[in-house]
Amino acid sequence: MNWETVIGLEIHAQLATKSKIFSGASTAFGAAPNTQACAVDLGLPGVLPVLNRGAVLMAIKFAAAIDAELGRRSVFARKNYFYPDLPKGYQISQFELPIVGRGRVELLLENGDTRTIGVTRAHLEEDAGKSLHQDFHGMTGVDLNRAGTPLLEIVSEPDMRSAREAVAYARKIHQIVQYIGICDGNMQEGSFRVDANVSVRRPGEELGTRTELKNINSFRFLERAINFEVERQIELLESGGRVVQETRLYDADRDETRSMRTKEEANDYRYFPDPDLLPVELDDALIAEATADMPELPDARRQRFCDQYGLGAADAQQLTASRALADYYEQLVAVCGEAKMAANWIVGELSGALNREGLAIEQSPVDAGALGGLLQRVVDNTISGKIAKQVFEAMWQGEGTADAIIEARGLKQITDSGAIERIVDQVLADNPEQVANYRAADEKKRAKMIGFFVGQVMKASKGKANPQQVNQLLRGKL
Amino acid sequence: MTLKRTEVEKIAHLARLQVTADELDAVAGDLTNILDLVAQMESVDTEGVTPMAHPLHMAQRLREDEVTESDQRERFQAIAPATENGLYLVPKVID
Repeated sequence: MNWETVIGLEIHAQLATKSKIFSGASTAFGAAPNTQACAVDLGLPGVLPVLNRGAVLMAIKFAAAIDAELGRRSVFARKNYFYPDLPKGYQISQFELPIVGRGRVELLLENGDTRTIGVTRAHLEEDAGKSLHQDFHGMTGVDLNRAGTPLLEIVSEPDMRSAREAVAYARKIHQIVQYIGICDGNMQEGSFRVDANVSVRRPGEELGTRTELKNINSFRFLERAINFEVERQIELLESGGRVVQETRLYDADRDETRSMRTKEEANDYRYFPDPDLLPVELDDALIAEATADMPELPDARRQRFCDQYGLGAADAQQLTASRALADYYEQLVAVCGEAKMAANWIVGELSGALNREGLAIEQSPVDAGALGGLLQRVVDNTISGKIAKQVFEAMWQGEGTADAIIEARGLKQITDSGAIERIVDQVLADNPEQVANYRAADEKKRAKMIGFFVGQVMKASKGKANPQQVNQLLRGKL
Repeated sequence: MTLKRTEVEKIAHLARLQVTADELDAVAGDLTNILDLVAQMESVDTEGVTPMAHPLHMAQRLREDEVTESDQRERFQAIAPATENGLYLVPKVID
């Protein structure tokens, strides 16, 4: 009998504010320990939290991006637990009344189908600090720079049915928060963290007992952690055992999930409204301000790329994967004027080179203007597409602009028909046998045989002869 | 509703409060009285009354997203029991 997998995700997105959610300390990554932890972040007596307007605006933006109900009145609550990297003994979060209510995102699956995943809610909360467990004379070190960094916790419905769908959903949220500029999406630095709730059941039955998977810091590991956990649960159930509701940590080195030592009263957080903070009320002016500069969202942009530039769905999907890439593409089209050619170059040469060196599009040594300059030379027949790839490599190595490289290396296409004719004549004179064969062959065979002569001419011209002219001249002379 | 000793022990542990064995019955009695008071209030008809999140009838003020704090680590760490390399040191905890 089959098992059905049920997955819901909790995503913590660090909001890209300059200062913390309840204090004026900096949120910049990588500062020396505790240099960005002020009295509020440390939970010293007598301090009071004051909510960051920027974090509120970002939450409103997110609500607009996933078509969610907005919590016009939301309330902060204390989530109580003791851990050294949580100085106050409670985390300020939202419980009953979150700032973002029910919304949804649409996934485009690999087979072209779309699937809608529900977002239950998203709420604002503060991040904790970091505990460093390496030995400090038998003690633990605590860095509170991260304490108080604003988080938007985005909770999905248990709508996903496979690890792949879960990854597609996580990527979608990742894409949206970056597009609207509320999170840098850096998973290595922990700016975007994904926890997965996983259970299995027989189709049509009630939800099974779930486990929560943590410590997943890439999309690849998300897929592997879920797949491992699904297998583990099925094996357990089929051998007569039962799944225990618990938190499990994913160990990437061993590719397995492991039970966290269960704390006695896990999840007994005794939430209550934080008396230090008043309810947050969103008025129309604030909502208008937050949504005034909403960029075009990824789905809309993908559709426009298909309509406006005549791109296929796969190309449009790839080119709108990030806002930076989509911007690069549109700048490139603006310079070179050839939408399809621009798409092919980005999907092909440019992506290849970026992947080879592990660079993001923002770090490309060849910017859109420079690449556009190169493609212009292909469009106006100064060079062939093949030579253009050589020039691109040289540009990538920092040898200058396309025009400078073409000039310096003498790569200009030969369009002087007299010059090409001389090469064609030479090739025909050198290969009398092939010429005779060609002339004796029927039309169908000739179409194939002419390739030989074209190849010889291109070789003799070091690839610089204009291929159309070569073809024309050859056909005339043969 | 009457709280049992074991429940008081659990609540005390969650709050990291030390309640000795001979205090347990008294604390259980006090807490039970509080819960009885809440139960009394629950009998009031609150149909149509908006739940109150805060006794003040005001909305939260927002601050601009600006960095206004400077590094005062030296001062904060001067009053900490133990520090090293800029870290606060605490008794060892393991996940």
